[in-house]
Amino acid sequence: MSAETFRRIAIVPAYNEEHNIGRVVDELHAFDPGLDVVVISDGSADRTAQVAAAHGAHVVRLPFNLGIGGAVQTGFRYAHENGYELVVRCDGDGQHDPSQLPNVLAPVLAGEADIAVGSRFVEGAGYRSSATRRVGIRLLAWIVSAIARQRVTDTTSGFQALNRKALELFAADYPHDYPEVEGMVMTIKHRLRLVEVPVSMREREHGRSSITALRSIYYMTKVLVALFVGLFRRRVVPAEDV
Amino acid sequence: MIASGTPLKVSLAATAASLVLVLVVFELIRSRRLRERYALLWLVTGIVLVVLSAWRGGLNTIAGWLGVRGYPPAVLFAVGLLFVILVLLHYSTVISQLSDQNVILAQRLALLETKLEERTNRR
Repeated sequence: MSAETFRRIAIVPAYNEEHNIGRVVDELHAFDPGLDVVVISDGSADRTAQVAAAHGAHVVRLPFNLGIGGAVQTGFRYAHENGYELVVRCDGDGQHDPSQLPNVLAPVLAGEADIAVGSRFVEGAGYRSSATRRVGIRLLAWIVSAIARQRVTDTTSGFQALNRKALELFAADYPHDYPEVEGMVMTIKHRLRLVEVPVSMREREHGRSSITALRSIYYMTKVLVALFVGLFRRRVVPAEDV
Repeated sequence: MIASGTPLKVSLAATAASLVLVLVVFELIRSRRLRERYALLWLVTGIVLVVLSAWRGGLNTIAGWLGVRGYPPAVLFAVGLLFVILVLLHYSTVISQLSDQNVILAQRLALLETKLEERTNRR
């Protein structure tokens, strides 16, 4: 099926990305003029929200920084409440190249997946990074693969496409802080079909990634605890308290 | 000379108590009443106390390093107290942040309400 038949939206979380966000929005519109774009400015102190609005995106301004999980879920809720049927998620720093979107969308459009994740490590993607980062990413991929009983390679990728079914789950329940890893496990535990597709990602052009050494230790510990405890949880969506 | 080891009964009781702490924290996370980010410090506290309580040799050695001569389990109190202080400090920072955010939310909500009322009145 072609994407044109769906109401579709791109969710772009952004924290202080005034130098990148304009180009990201333009590229998404250029890729598909029928694709709505919602930028979630996660308590940005710069002109991220104004720039995004000037480039024709819908903008949600969070009053303070919620972290990537809270920001992205805001986007999911926006998409859910407004009846979108097809969602892509990509980062506001320009790392995710919209020209790769057809790859990411393909399994969802073909009805083969409820969620498709762009992976830098699937055969054919070609990606290099520092040794410590690789070890961390490998370890997480190994653990998630074991829990999910499905081989995954990139557990931290925010370059994703979702159908309405996956959107409904994530609008109701989405992990906090660093959500991608737990999100993957959640998806599979809820028996949604997850498929990884190879993508190449770009280096960010302006500013700095939010992940520092100390944070990545906290991140690993927190994610490991969450994954371990998650093993003892039945698949429940918490009561909606909105 | 006074016996300067850790009595077995003390070790057993302390181990049991700290295990209960770890299990309670675990159950709170599992039932989603405690978020991982606020649970990490509690988990570390519990695990350190379990290890120190169960491993009498280690506790005695550490007591030796710290110059605790008479009663090594005193180290358990000290470590426990240290972690409780850390947890409390952590919570103080969290509460401060929450109250700041609460002010921002109240202001945003009130401003939105005003904006909405002014718009409906104009029509």
